[in-house]
Amino acid sequence: MRVPGSVIVAGIVATLMILAAIVAPAIAPYDPTDMATYNLIDSELPPVWTGEGDARFPLGTDNQGRDLLSAIIYGARVSVGIGGAAVLLAATIGVSLGLLAGYFGGWIDAVVMRAGDIIMSFPTILLALLVSGLARALMPDGGSVGWTPFILIGAIAIHDWVQYARTVRAAAMVEGAKDYVKAARVIGLPGRRIMLHHILPNVMSPVLVIATINLAGAVLTEATLSFLGVGMPPNYPSLGTLIRIGNEFVFSGIWWIALFPAITLVILVLAVNMVGDHLRDRFNPKLRGRS
Amino acid sequence: MSATPLALEIVDLRVEYPMADGTAFVAVDGVSVSIAPGEIHALVGESGAGKTTVGNAVMGLLEAPGRVTGGAMRIAGVVVDPATGRAPGIEPGRDIGAIFQDPMTSLNPLFTVESQITETLRHHLGMDRRQSSAKALDLLRAVGIPEPERRLRAYPHQLSGGQRQRVVIAAALSCNPRLLVADEPTTALDVSIQSQILKLLRGLADDRGLGILLVTHNMGVVAEIADRVTIMHRGVAVESGPVVEVLDAPRHDYARSLIGAVPRIDVTLPRFAVPGEEAEAAEGARAELRRRAGEQTGAAEGELLRVEDLVVDYRGRGGSFRAVDGVGFSVRAGEVFGLVGESGCGKTTIANAIAGLVKPTAGRVLHRGRPIAAAGTRRPLQMIFQDPYSSLNARMRVGATLVEPILFYRLAASAREAAEDAALLLEAVGLERTAVERYPHAFSGGQRQRISIARALSARPSLLICDEPTSSLDVSIQAQILNLLKDLRDATGLTLLLISHDLAVIRQMCDRVAVMKAGRIVEEAPTETLFGAPTHAYTRELLSLVPSPRPKRRTA
Repeated sequence: MRVPGSVIVAGIVATLMILAAIVAPAIAPYDPTDMATYNLIDSELPPVWTGEGDARFPLGTDNQGRDLLSAIIYGARVSVGIGGAAVLLAATIGVSLGLLAGYFGGWIDAVVMRAGDIIMSFPTILLALLVSGLARALMPDGGSVGWTPFILIGAIAIHDWVQYARTVRAAAMVEGAKDYVKAARVIGLPGRRIMLHHILPNVMSPVLVIATINLAGAVLTEATLSFLGVGMPPNYPSLGTLIRIGNEFVFSGIWWIALFPAITLVILVLAVNMVGDHLRDRFNPKLRGRS
Repeated sequence: MSATPLALEIVDLRVEYPMADGTAFVAVDGVSVSIAPGEIHALVGESGAGKTTVGNAVMGLLEAPGRVTGGAMRIAGVVVDPATGRAPGIEPGRDIGAIFQDPMTSLNPLFTVESQITETLRHHLGMDRRQSSAKALDLLRAVGIPEPERRLRAYPHQLSGGQRQRVVIAAALSCNPRLLVADEPTTALDVSIQSQILKLLRGLADDRGLGILLVTHNMGVVAEIADRVTIMHRGVAVESGPVVEVLDAPRHDYARSLIGAVPRIDVTLPRFAVPGEEAEAAEGARAELRRRAGEQTGAAEGELLRVEDLVVDYRGRGGSFRAVDGVGFSVRAGEVFGLVGESGCGKTTIANAIAGLVKPTAGRVLHRGRPIAAAGTRRPLQMIFQDPYSSLNARMRVGATLVEPILFYRLAASAREAAEDAALLLEAVGLERTAVERYPHAFSGGQRQRISIARALSARPSLLICDEPTSSLDVSIQAQILNLLKDLRDATGLTLLLISHDLAVIRQMCDRVAVMKAGRIVEEAPTETLFGAPTHAYTRELLSLVPSPRPKRRTA
């Protein structure tokens, strides 16, 4: 099966953006989290090509005189970091529970799957708002900035693990009925070893596909939460936070603060999604052979 | 021949599949077959021989890149256009009927039996509803379905496998075809149903003058009903002629080895006559295994396994089903004990219960007098499975698969020693030592089954449970695997519990046999006694139904 050109482009774009996010301190002109670099004299400067801008700030500045380009690169770092960690957490929980449910069945299966059904009956955002609100209220220093990324990661993962659990459970049930698993049981290997050593490697391909598609979703959820004001604070902004800040100024004609982070978010999510969709089609035997 | 044209005439047929690199794979190379009306012509060979391709070419069902590149076909005297696979005036479904292997999938589960048969009638013969219904009823009567009126309104899932295959035959016969292409029509069926279907096909050929092209791998089926046979090997017809001549005195080497590999039910032979492709190291490796087995257990005598009053219930929706109903037997050390019966008789459930895969509802399984339910007592009981393609973990190298049990039971002092043992086991089952490096997909079905056997042996079992170990293998591979199991038994004093539906395999392999029916053992006896003088009616019936590869002299 050939890989379509659009998917190759999307793959390159996604890789470049994620790389840029990872090495943000090396490539961003300024450190947007260091308030000492802000200067209110430079605030609300438009992008350089409008003629009224300043060559030091190619995409302009925000309301505090922060370089927007640097803020976006750092913002993408925060978004991808939180999204990636949420995917990792969700996949770890989901794969573990799915394996247990699929291999053992019975009441473990019933408990895991019903819990998943209940969680899936809540919209992602509602659940995330609930979790982050509860976390902030219950933790003694929950309001402190340091905890915010971890609260966000948990709030996103609590919804996303269900998908992994369902997929892995189904795959583990199929694999568990195959003769090589029976052979392992006849040898007398303990359940833990059979699950990790024999079943897990054989159910991982769909997990990778879901993880890719979920990465885009997690980045979006984080952006939504930050946009709603329960996410990352303005002094440590994610892309969503930047869009929220910019949103207040859009009607004053200062469009760039919201627009450029928004474009970045759209391109990032689109590129990752295209790669994920392609992977899904590729691993789906029903679609194989077509096109 | 008389004025009636041949039902099918194929001359020098050549079918090619173009490959990506521009060359072509020749699936069928110069095969000629002719079938007179009322004649059954069998096309036999192992998988990949091209026999199904010939059948598909006749029906115009070649899959996309494959095409007829040479030769000529005439169906009922009409020339088939090689480009389209169609003959003017000959319609598949009307003039050619088709029966496929799996009666489960060749009927549409959403339609009643009546609508599947009448569809063909209305489409090809333009009958109206009433006429076609009446005709469908006639057809069901003709194929011998009990209560045909009731069956008309049944859906496929309400019928048994044999009844479904009869419906498929009825649909194939609906428009009075001149030719019937039957591709492995009885392979998925039990012997008792197989024999009914074969009788039906023979009767249809005799009574209606139907020409039948019978594609099969089963020599017994050929001997039972075919008039002529063509043996195919790698796309070429190596031998062709009347069944009696070909099966009794095959001239071609391949034909001879193929027929020699078929397990015989009439006499017990010490070994299957197949060219052994054993590595030289195999014998030495087995001697080494024997030395170790001796160290471990000492002289093995007496009763090894005892099954007492075993009952296994499966709980499902709407009550439970008793798969095994009070079975008891014992296996002596060093013997091959056979468990034989038709599908659903509970033989695999017994294997699973002994291996610890299924929990018995009641009864006990004792190994050397000790119950084996406790953990850690499983090692001496190992198992090999039917499907060599699902019995190995595709993500593990062969070496890792074999080393795992060795290290788990600390049967080797170090990982290095375990790897050495794994290589030795591979040699003992007739593979190269270097196989440890590779993944299962690099091996053929027969080789994978050898690896499965090596894995089972790696735990140093005293009893090897073999659940239909050769049922999904070609007959020559089956012969090799069965020879291997015999060699291993002789060399290492292993005890085998062999489960099979194939009475001929059981006869060739076993010292004692238990015959099962509906969850119970109906007869247990030494093999020669059982086959020579069966006492139970069911055993006698089973034995009489097995098609023997010795052809019956039929008056033509």
